[in-house]
Amino acid sequence: MRYGYYPGCSLTGTARPYEVSTKAIAGPLGLTFEEVEDWNCCGATEYMSLNKTAAYALVARNLALAAGEDKPKDLVAPCSLCYLNLRKTNHYMAKYKSLGKMTNQALAAGGLHYTPGSLNVRHLIDVIVNDVGYEALGARVTRPLTGLRVAPYYGCLLVRPDLNGGSFDDTEYPTHLDRLMETLGAEVVDFPLKTHCCGGHMTQISAETAYELIRRLLHNAAEYRADLLVTLCPMCQFNLDAYQTQVNRHLGTDFHLPILYFTQMIGLAMGMEPKALAIGQEIVSAASVLRKIGTAVEVEEAPQTRRKRDDKSLPMPRIREG
Amino acid sequence: MSRSLGNKDDAFLNEVIEATPGGEALVTCLQCGTCGGSCPSGPDMDHTPRQLFQMINAGMRQEVLQSNAPWYCVTCYYCMTRCPKQIPITDLMYTLKRMAVRAKLYDDSDAPDWSSSFIGFVESYGRSFEFGLATRYHLTHSPLRKVGVGPMGLEMIVKDRMPLRPERIKGIDQLRTILDTAKSLEGV
Repeated sequence: MRYGYYPGCSLTGTARPYEVSTKAIAGPLGLTFEEVEDWNCCGATEYMSLNKTAAYALVARNLALAAGEDKPKDLVAPCSLCYLNLRKTNHYMAKYKSLGKMTNQALAAGGLHYTPGSLNVRHLIDVIVNDVGYEALGARVTRPLTGLRVAPYYGCLLVRPDLNGGSFDDTEYPTHLDRLMETLGAEVVDFPLKTHCCGGHMTQISAETAYELIRRLLHNAAEYRADLLVTLCPMCQFNLDAYQTQVNRHLGTDFHLPILYFTQMIGLAMGMEPKALAIGQEIVSAASVLRKIGTAVEVEEAPQTRRKRDDKSLPMPRIREG
Repeated sequence: MSRSLGNKDDAFLNEVIEATPGGEALVTCLQCGTCGGSCPSGPDMDHTPRQLFQMINAGMRQEVLQSNAPWYCVTCYYCMTRCPKQIPITDLMYTLKRMAVRAKLYDDSDAPDWSSSFIGFVESYGRSFEFGLATRYHLTHSPLRKVGVGPMGLEMIVKDRMPLRPERIKGIDQLRTILDTAKSLEGV
């Protein structure tokens, strides 16, 4: 099965483990990804905040480069934010004629054109559960993730906005990631906050707002005694993993919940070595929870960063786990 | 066609609608408050989306564009998905941010500066550059408060998740031409 592939900027940086694990499982699952030649940034949530038409044109350049007679009709994005921007531009250019026309006028200045709707924009998980399918995936499981308690974290942008019924799963309570993890043999815990926000860019511009949103998610997963959270979005992974220490320090909590990508879990269940899936590059180490699935998984322990006592901080109630 | 009730100045309302794909739905707001109730950062906002929409309808340009609400929008699309009138609320928040920056009315510079730093790298390289963005932005915006995240940044570098050099796309000139054309078409 051939697909156009749009990695997006995060997969070349903070979400490198997502890229590594996606590439590791693609071949064995029969998926061929053809990277869009010379793709550019999708603009995240920032470009649209300052420019409208240019924001759509920025995304549309990628669509124009990905489309063509000899190119795959399905364009796959593993990052939920890239997926949203590509999908929304594809949809809005068709729905709002003047926006579509203006975007194409801008593209024309660069010698490009895009006919809205000529590509199907799809998230990586959609391709895996619907094109590969649960059955074929289950047949490839050689190291079932038995005993691992997983909180399936979808975040916002995989399922929202709906865009005229075009959402890949339920907008409030999706279940595909749950079923996927069950297929791999993991125990899926109930996770009511599964589509709540990780704080997005608020970690950068209003940290207190973001820390509280991150705390709620970690608290909810810990309440259901999850060993780890599994995600499909680079922003969600980054906020929950890299800022977990900050959240603990600021809010007086003591969470230690590893955050892994669903592609890493698929690779593990298919018997791949953790290193080949870039496991070990997470900030909150997954090594000890992964021992639950057998001795075959040996992960290098990450060096422990020393936690400093911040005596100037106000006394805060401590939330105990377990 | 009159888009609202009463005898008032609709200039601001019309401007907001004009700048937002599907923005016409704004006048159908029922004031039900589902948006604010669904908003994860609602408690930090000066006004909930519901209040903002009524203020737009009332022509309160200055108050709306000075509100911190659009800048606290985390673009989770809960409000937009749940709105019984299908008002594109998240898109309206984007519109209000653009209008506030152009009118120079929003006085907290953190959020707009973050966006413009991000855009700066995209327009220079065609790609986002996380390391450059984090250092440039955090060194100019209350750097002392950010000291705590230093070790995390270092760990990201050690773990090979924070490249120190940006990548430039081949078609950067083409991209800039496209973006400049788009901006001039929109008249900005």
